[in-house]
Amino acid sequence: MGVPDMKVSRRAVLSTGGALVVSFALAPSLAGAAARSAGRAADRSLPGSLRSTPMLDAWLRIDAGGITVFTGKAELGQGIKTALIQVAAEELAVQPQAITLVTADTARTPDEGYTAGSLSMEDSGTAIMNAAAQAREIMMRLASERLRQPRGELTAAQGAVIAPGGRRIAYADLVSDRTLHVRAEPRSPLGNPAHRRVMGRSWPRVDVPAKVFGERAFVQDLRLADMVHARVVRPPSYGARLRSVETAPILRLPGVLRVVRNGSYLAVVARREYQAIVAMEALSRSASWEETASLPHQSRLFADLLAWPSRDVPVGRRGRPPSLRRSHAATMLEAEYRRGYLMHGSIGPSCAVALFDHGALTVWTQTQGVYPLRSALAGLIGLPESRVRCIQVEGAGCYGHNGADDAAADAALIAKQVPGRPVRVQWMRADEHKWEPYGPAMLARVRGALDAAGHIAWWQYQVWSNTHSTRPGGARELMPAWYLERPLSPPAPRPLPLPAGGGDRNALPLYRIPSLRVDYRFVPKMPLRVSALRSLGAHFNVFAIESFMDELARAGKLDPVEFRLRHLDDPRALAVIRTAAERFGWRAYRRLAGCGKGFAFARYKNLAAYLAIAVEVSVDRGEPMPRVLRVVAAVDSGEAVNPDGIRNQIEGGIIQAFSWTLLESVKFDRTRITSRDWASYPILRFSAAPRSVEVVVLNRPGQPFLGTGEAAQGPAAGALANALADAAGLKLQDLPLSGDRIKGAMGS
Amino acid sequence: MIRLIVNGRPVEVDDEPSTPLLYVLRDTLELNGAKFGCGLGQCGACTVLVEGAAVFSCVVPVGDLAGQRITTVEGLGTRERPGALQHAFIEEQAAQCGYCTAGMIMRAQGLLERNASPTDEEIRAALEPNLCRCGTHLRIVRAVRRAAEARQRAVASGLSSLGRAG
Repeated sequence: MGVPDMKVSRRAVLSTGGALVVSFALAPSLAGAAARSAGRAADRSLPGSLRSTPMLDAWLRIDAGGITVFTGKAELGQGIKTALIQVAAEELAVQPQAITLVTADTARTPDEGYTAGSLSMEDSGTAIMNAAAQAREIMMRLASERLRQPRGELTAAQGAVIAPGGRRIAYADLVSDRTLHVRAEPRSPLGNPAHRRVMGRSWPRVDVPAKVFGERAFVQDLRLADMVHARVVRPPSYGARLRSVETAPILRLPGVLRVVRNGSYLAVVARREYQAIVAMEALSRSASWEETASLPHQSRLFADLLAWPSRDVPVGRRGRPPSLRRSHAATMLEAEYRRGYLMHGSIGPSCAVALFDHGALTVWTQTQGVYPLRSALAGLIGLPESRVRCIQVEGAGCYGHNGADDAAADAALIAKQVPGRPVRVQWMRADEHKWEPYGPAMLARVRGALDAAGHIAWWQYQVWSNTHSTRPGGARELMPAWYLERPLSPPAPRPLPLPAGGGDRNALPLYRIPSLRVDYRFVPKMPLRVSALRSLGAHFNVFAIESFMDELARAGKLDPVEFRLRHLDDPRALAVIRTAAERFGWRAYRRLAGCGKGFAFARYKNLAAYLAIAVEVSVDRGEPMPRVLRVVAAVDSGEAVNPDGIRNQIEGGIIQAFSWTLLESVKFDRTRITSRDWASYPILRFSAAPRSVEVVVLNRPGQPFLGTGEAAQGPAAGALANALADAAGLKLQDLPLSGDRIKGAMGS
Repeated sequence: MIRLIVNGRPVEVDDEPSTPLLYVLRDTLELNGAKFGCGLGQCGACTVLVEGAAVFSCVVPVGDLAGQRITTVEGLGTRERPGALQHAFIEEQAAQCGYCTAGMIMRAQGLLERNASPTDEEIRAALEPNLCRCGTHLRIVRAVRRAAEARQRAVASGLSSLGRAG
């Protein structure tokens, strides 16, 4: 049980000291094969990503140079590097400083798909924790043989196995290059959760110092020898065709090396970055495009969304049909909620560097998925996957599928035209605003009934939206490919499968409701480009459900917190709600004029982190913007590896969700996206940030990691809407809950 | 050639005078701190100090800056000797993705140069031109307050200022 067989130990003992070579487990060609067959080969008995990458030496390397840990996940500013280092340090019984972490790189790390869905701790954290525990046990066994001491008398500490009396052998002296080239066991000798040394402590983020001292921290900061700069002249609108462009004058501009034209794909390469920008602007002025009015009327968007053909996905069915229950209902309510398109709105436009040399392509990219991107780029450029390497380097926060993969495609397409020279492409602000795939528009209709005792008797919920993921996939999902002379077209969109779901993520309320029907109306037609935005449908579905919960509570003259508690059984759900309410002072709250409080709860994806939140706002009739005074949230992400990291993510998620919910909606006319900068797509600034945000982390040592990154988006939106409704006596059903709308609803 | 004083060091650059300062700092002088965010003076990721005042380096032509003192986040300190704001941003863990961080620090440095003990309201007002998409606003305000207090204590105890302004 968790102990490697003796054959392995004997072989390891017989071999002499040396390095564990990770390439045994992950030679590029093998890794590709592993990626392709990951589904087939997955061993469901193994924990986390060990299922698809079961060899221990794919995750850990121990040699005289130290301990190196490999993850297929990417640092996106969420602090995953620090948390993974903590997990490895805990189980290897070393200090975090002793560990070097290598993040997503197709030549070096396991294939863990996308860094998405708040799954990095569950997938990679779990794999690394178990791999480290099993590696430690292998080393203990080897040391036991070497020191001729019973295994039970040995301890591991500070990178060595120590015998009673102080004799010790360093890890690096115990392992040879094949020692950890063994398959993981289903169970691991994990450390005792009651005696954590590193996990559960707020270790400072390892990536922060480089960022505050102006060191090379981002893909934007890469400067390779002979590197040149490129800019793409993006079409003015979706589907526009390049009619004509005069390139000769552009080639005479200072520093310009090349104009790349391939169908309607147009780019320029220059020695220096600003030269590329000047040339791009000149090229853009000389280009003539044929555009089509392919977008809906913004004012009729939601009528269109309901009218477009949809495919029904049943999400939940419970109890007897509603008609039988209606007569028992004391109160019946219904509501309709709407959300427009939301932008990821990365502060740093997408960037990539690519080098095409001797028939091989290397791309430094901020992608969330190096392996899927490698497959897509290989298809785009016409190379075998074995000739493409994708290395993830941090970019600005992406919050989902933004322009990162497309920028990598730009860099690859352009680099192929200037072989031997690294090409850096960074998008301009308007490129990111107009071409990133947005979080889809959504609409929900809810009906519900309370019985005479104030319990929800019946619930009906329907939600309409496009797909919530158009990630690559293959080359066809890469937007630059749509404009080539031989264009690729994106594949037909598909809804994401339940239980996590996409547009139906968190559409099913966690509350105990005897009769319920929840449906997702998946709308394939998508005139605006859309894809995964942090929390997918959960932001909107939780906003709608939690708003409606308050409607029902109000109708039954019940306190919103009590109302939620009486419809839940899960003790962890009850705990976050009670904690948030108590820390906020919910019961004792005294409302001042113009102020109000709101509450919301959800369990992300109905299977991950629990989060409850209370919000206090004030609304002034003279002011367009409400003020968020105070926020208290309680979160249960399972075992908390880095509590301050969790707090940071939750605080950020709350503030970002407030921005989406209060302010944001992508604007467009019949032809073009008109939200092209921060003036035409305003987001929350310091003046609108809450006065205070407190996050309480309910740590559950020994429990599985549940992930954190997206847990706040939905509850924050719901609690904010409920607080505004409480302060102003309004029903707020349309996002954004912007100032004009609030003022209008207040009749001022 | 245009002469500048960047982080206390005289330099000569051969960029076109119309080139925004941002590209001179990043591309010619190979400094990383100032970031391209919008190129429009709307987000503050490119913020640096010119003669002690915070500016959007993405919209200031380098030709207008001949002979002037420019400070980037690299000029505030090092890992060995961090500036007060750099130290405070680490202490408060006031970053998520960190792309806006250097601009935030420079905007705050500009504030502390003219107001050594700002209130939270003054900090928020001063940082208003700078965008953060990760939602780190409250930690950033705390970090600026912490840095201001540290500088005050340093002055009070007669030590040389922790925050070298370049």
